[in-house]
Amino acid sequence: MERILEQMPRFFSGPNLILLLESAGLTLAMTVAGCLIGFGLAFVLVFLRQTPGLWALPLRFVCILYVEVFRRIPFIVVIYLVLFFIQTVTPNASLFTIAVIAICLYAVAYTADIIRGGLESVPLAQIEAAQAMNLSRLQTNLRIVLPQAWPVIIPPAIAFAVSFIKDTALVSQVGVFELTFRGKELNNQGYSGILVFGTIALCYFLMSFPLSMLGQYLEKRLATPRGQRRSRKIWFT
Amino acid sequence: MPHLAVKDVRAKYGSLEVLKGISFSIEKGEIAALVGPSGSGKSTVLRALMGLTPITGGAVDIAGETMNYSSAKEVRAARDRMAVVFQQYNLFQNMTVMQNLTLAPLKIKKWNKSEVMSEARRLLGLVGLSDKADAFSDQLSGGQQQRVALARALALKPQILLLDEVTSALDPELVNEVLDAIRKLANEGMTMVIVSHEMAFVREVADKVVFMDAGQIIEAGTPTELFDTPRTDRARDFFSKILRH
Amino acid sequence: MDYKFQFGVVWDNFPELLEGAWLTFQLGCFAFAGGAIIGLICAALKTYGPWPVRFVVNVYVVFITNTPALIQIYFLYFGLPEVGLRWSNEACLIIGLTLNAGAYLTLILRAGFLSVRITEIEAGQTLGMSLLQQVRYIIVPHIAKSIYPALANFFIVVLVMGTSVGALIGVDELTGQAINLSSVNYRWLEYFTVVAGMYVVLTFVASIGLALLGRWAFRVKARIF
Repeated sequence: MERILEQMPRFFSGPNLILLLESAGLTLAMTVAGCLIGFGLAFVLVFLRQTPGLWALPLRFVCILYVEVFRRIPFIVVIYLVLFFIQTVTPNASLFTIAVIAICLYAVAYTADIIRGGLESVPLAQIEAAQAMNLSRLQTNLRIVLPQAWPVIIPPAIAFAVSFIKDTALVSQVGVFELTFRGKELNNQGYSGILVFGTIALCYFLMSFPLSMLGQYLEKRLATPRGQRRSRKIWFT
Repeated sequence: MPHLAVKDVRAKYGSLEVLKGISFSIEKGEIAALVGPSGSGKSTVLRALMGLTPITGGAVDIAGETMNYSSAKEVRAARDRMAVVFQQYNLFQNMTVMQNLTLAPLKIKKWNKSEVMSEARRLLGLVGLSDKADAFSDQLSGGQQQRVALARALALKPQILLLDEVTSALDPELVNEVLDAIRKLANEGMTMVIVSHEMAFVREVADKVVFMDAGQIIEAGTPTELFDTPRTDRARDFFSKILRH
Repeated sequence: MDYKFQFGVVWDNFPELLEGAWLTFQLGCFAFAGGAIIGLICAALKTYGPWPVRFVVNVYVVFITNTPALIQIYFLYFGLPEVGLRWSNEACLIIGLTLNAGAYLTLILRAGFLSVRITEIEAGQTLGMSLLQQVRYIIVPHIAKSIYPALANFFIVVLVMGTSVGALIGVDELTGQAINLSSVNYRWLEYFTVVAGMYVVLTFVASIGLALLGRWAFRVKARIF
């Protein structure tokens, strides 16, 4: 305990704080980049999976296989696979790129299921009404299905991204200078483990908690019917 | 030459044959009503006409052109000539009333924008909802939504209008406002195929009544013929049960 | 790319990987079982307890679910020796994972508690059921049915995401074994490909087992895929 108190002023010095801030920024940047790209690719995966027709059967199978397999492999194993695969192909890829690719691969598998759930929540009758008016598959998806699926997709997708802020801690293992890596480094420099990892935990908490609150707020807001939402907006302006 | 001729149309759900060769025809400006017990395949006929339930045989003539729904192109051609109003309205939830009405005319038919808009306004007036152009469907009552759905179908300027139990999902006090709108259309000479349980209304507006059971047409004729002097036992049985009330 | 895959060396060491898989399975089961006990107690306190207790439970749940499991385990592993608690790395992993799973399971179980409808309990009362009978015949089956899929899903999460964290503090579970073995002969890609496959098989077997269990014990249809 005395050791912690004694180390505190030195631990919370300017350079250390800047390092921590930078690392937190890197953690966030990795998560956002990986999840955004992953989210986009997940859409492609879901649309490929919905391709009708017998010829697309292998395609649908591969899409399902991808989601199932990646949900069953630990993130740390994915990180190692990506690291060694990318390093074999292009030896001078940056660790940050490798981390983002790993996050992205993982995010595709998880968000694909979220997106599929959202699209399937739109009643079939809406799609039939569009078909009866001769809207194409793409038009139906873009104009009718997607706009109605957003409120169902967005909250869990944000929840996933926020929870992934925590999972990126594992990327420290391959040497990206994010928060957890910084923590181990400071611990190696002789700072108390309780002090270091308590502070690091707090940093994660400060990123994760407000964002998860934001996600919950959005979920509530999007759950209110559109009509009421509009009239409320008019009330305030 | 009939305006609409349905010729031996067949459809299957899996191995179950739900339409076992349906044939009937109507002239331009006429109204045909499909009646029968639930599960008899009435709604499936309309779904087959719109290409929503694939047909396994037969063909449909519309204004002299024959379509057999064998390719995506043929299905599109059929959908281009007809419009349907569903039992559950199926208004697009993410769009305003006006957007619902103008989506297909603008994006699919690619008609002139100002004409489409003024026509949409005229149709909203016709169904008595001029003040609801910017409302979303969850701000409307069931009867209002169904009248919007009717206007949306008319905005496509269909040669034939299909109405699938359009009053079945409505509260009793809202039924008449929708029926009134359909009466107006009938007076304007719109060709329609109606699936309905409102026998009094069918008797009033229909030129031809088609009685179906178990995916087959049992009997067809004028409303008076069918309602008052049915020739088959099944039709007699059905109408005696339903008309007694 | 002129990399040549050589899986032979992996097969030579396959028994060691199997040992790792077995440890992974045991760790997953222990952490889940311990977490379930914590979760059950905390969910009950959070739902029915007085406000100071609810507050403490909330702090525990919110803090654990908003920080990485890895950091929690590092805290135990690197931090606790400073106050005289020196646990083995396996003990740190099990305790850390249990505390972590406990917080998530609190949320899942609480959702189950809240899903019990008063009308059903009232119906039980009108039939003259005792409190114990109500719990046995109405409340437990209802909760089991409504949260079983979430529980089964979370077991897979613990089994995969949870236990693999152990590799980072030197526990020789499946991922740890892969790191140990591959750092000897540098066949990283081969080892991790095989290990990924083993995780898929392991969780698949677990999923099927859970689905059968759910069907047999609670008449729930849990999804395997």
